[in-house]
Amino acid sequence: MVPVLQVEHLKKEFSVDAGRTLLAVDDVSFSVAAGEKVAIIGESGSGKTTVARMIARLTAVTDGRILLQGEDITHMTGRKMREYYRHMQLVFQSPADSFDPRRTLGDGIAEGLRNFGWQKQAAWQEMERLLMLCGLEAEIAQRYPHEVSGGQCQRAAIARALALRPKLLLLDEATSALDVTVQADILALLDRLQRELSLAYLFICHDIALVQDFCDRVLVMHEGRIIEEGTPDMVIGSPKQAYTQRLIDSVL
Amino acid sequence: MSEVTVRVQAVRRNHLRRKLLLFSALAGLLILVAFFSSSLCPYDPYAQNLAIAKAAPSAEHWLGTDRYGRDMFSRVIAGSSTSIFSTLLLVGFITVFGSLIGIFCAWAGKRIDTFIMRLADMFLAFPGLVFALAVAAVLGGGVHNAIFALAAISWPKYARLARSQVLAQQELPYMQAAKMAGCTSWQLISRHVVPNIAGPLLVTAMLDIGTMMMELAGLSFLGLGAKPPIPEWGSMMSDTRNLLATQPWVTLAPGFAIFLSVMIFNLLGDTVRDWLDPKNRR
Amino acid sequence: MNEIIRYDHVDVSYNGKRVVHDISFCVQPGEILGIAGESGSGKSTLLRAALGLLGKDGLVTRGDIWYQGKSLPDLAPQELRRRCGADIGMIFQAAGRSFCAIRTVQAQLWEMMQAHGMTDRQLFMAQVEEMFAKFGFREPRRILASYPFELSGGMQQRVGVAAAMLLRPKVLLADEPTSALDVTVQRQVIDEMLLARELFGTAILLVTHNIGVIRAMADKMLVLRAGEAVEYGKAAEILTRPQAGDTRKLLAAVPQLRR
Repeated sequence: MVPVLQVEHLKKEFSVDAGRTLLAVDDVSFSVAAGEKVAIIGESGSGKTTVARMIARLTAVTDGRILLQGEDITHMTGRKMREYYRHMQLVFQSPADSFDPRRTLGDGIAEGLRNFGWQKQAAWQEMERLLMLCGLEAEIAQRYPHEVSGGQCQRAAIARALALRPKLLLLDEATSALDVTVQADILALLDRLQRELSLAYLFICHDIALVQDFCDRVLVMHEGRIIEEGTPDMVIGSPKQAYTQRLIDSVL
Repeated sequence: MSEVTVRVQAVRRNHLRRKLLLFSALAGLLILVAFFSSSLCPYDPYAQNLAIAKAAPSAEHWLGTDRYGRDMFSRVIAGSSTSIFSTLLLVGFITVFGSLIGIFCAWAGKRIDTFIMRLADMFLAFPGLVFALAVAAVLGGGVHNAIFALAAISWPKYARLARSQVLAQQELPYMQAAKMAGCTSWQLISRHVVPNIAGPLLVTAMLDIGTMMMELAGLSFLGLGAKPPIPEWGSMMSDTRNLLATQPWVTLAPGFAIFLSVMIFNLLGDTVRDWLDPKNRR
Repeated sequence: MNEIIRYDHVDVSYNGKRVVHDISFCVQPGEILGIAGESGSGKSTLLRAALGLLGKDGLVTRGDIWYQGKSLPDLAPQELRRRCGADIGMIFQAAGRSFCAIRTVQAQLWEMMQAHGMTDRQLFMAQVEEMFAKFGFREPRRILASYPFELSGGMQQRVGVAAAMLLRPKVLLADEPTSALDVTVQRQVIDEMLLARELFGTAILLVTHNIGVIRAMADKMLVLRAGEAVEYGKAAEILTRPQAGDTRKLLAAVPQLRR
């Protein structure tokens, strides 16, 4: 079976100034199978977010290939790319910024449905179903992003990401900006959704303790490269790299 | 154990709503006056009566008369039409035109962006008055050419502002989320970008109404704007400036009208800016 | 009692709205108190209240914050400013931002010391280098000559702690001092603050949402929820046997690493 996502020799160079370049992502290859939960762990500057943004095609790729459902999307643009966003959605770190401040949460969630040809009424009903699925009351649809709590906003963002029934969710530090108790709730929600909808997750995170119970596989990124890969218990129990060991030792 | 200290706190109330209403009403009043100026004038602003020339303010002529015996109060009111509408036209045009250019630049990609922005810099670098003089020399004076000259040198400000606002919005997660929800560029601009950058542009435009009114008055004062006998505040001040020592009211009346209008629009702009700041709402 | 700072039934209000209610605690010299709570629980407000950093809308509307027999909310602003830094130091979440971006670290430290009565440049340099050496900074000269943005986030934070300690404050107020840092760097900053306590006997009021940081540092802890104290006592006891439901929920939500 074709993996949901295949990433081959992905590379990203940022030009810093006067011809100097910074290699943010260096030869990264991995794949995510259907229904699999893969975590990328790394500290700031490790390149993990850049990887996620390249996969989501929000940042240009310097070199390498990205295959979504077996199709090369590395340089896809326009209508074709929009079609492929149905298979892949991204949940952002900061819940408040991920909705248009001048539109209601309901509008934001239904937007994707409307763009893909749903009738207004049907889209609105589907939107309310999605809210319910994510543990929110339907009346939240009328609220604006600044009127709800961070946790509610992040649930709404997950609802929006699920609207187009994607196979793969990219979660870019999706719980890092939340309070610990809210973070636990969101993780439980993601866990339930994954089981119900057999989604694949690419979970970008800096907290190794968070992914231990949550993910099937962990990739450790350091200075743009994947330096270690395995099941969480393997990586945490018997790390092969000194850096991974240091990462584990630093957890309080 | 001793008593617990208690301190009294002064609570600030938010008067923003009331201020907004007040200044909107005043600005609205000003525009209404300008609109109905012809029927509000107690006398014909063009009617000369040398018998009562240079009369001081009185019960009949509230602001006195000028050297041709025309009623100053009527002339100031009649002048509001030219002064206010030409300013609004000018500001409206540069706001819309400049913003569209700015949005286009932000979306168009690096080359076109750089080209248009350097062009904008060229316009910005031109001294306004010199350009207006040049336009007057080529096309002749008159209100329309004054507006044209000012528009030509002031649109880049809006283009730059709109461009930077769009670039800032493009970086925000919600824009990227909308893109991933399958929005086309056109949908992104019309649904998300324009509503979110309209606020700052609107505020800048309102604050510019005052400045532009002064610029237009300045050009008229130099004889490059409205031509006499058309009542226009700037040219009225220019016509009568040698009477300032003996009959100051003829100069001061239009001057005060400019002052009042500029102040009202500036206060309105300031209040709208505060009001658009989400932090100030509750 | 020989406590160094004592909060006595403190209420803080912003523009008539009470955000902190009836908080009391005290800290002995050399003691570390961890203040835990979720966002909006008022934990940062508590620290800001001590230094009069509540802004024009904020006020300690009830109670006192006692420091050396004086109630800090009642001190004149000039008096309070003099004590800021000299007696009571403060470290923010992003020390990098509390430095001025366009001047070198050295220039800013010198300005700070001048403001507190230092006139001898030689003496200043000696003190700075001594302090940097105590905290094990490898290249003190390079750090001093740097602009803040040239230092990493972790280094900025460490310099922030060292800078605060230059004035030998008796109390250090730390507001989420490690929250913006990567885990590997967080450890270094924690060790540095512990060293500061050991070397100078500084008491530390530590505000954080990270229970792990409290576990690593604090002697006592205070759990806040919606501006009210939920639990207060020995950190070790609360962390192992939490009494209040809110504390238990907070502790249960923290992911633990099974090694």
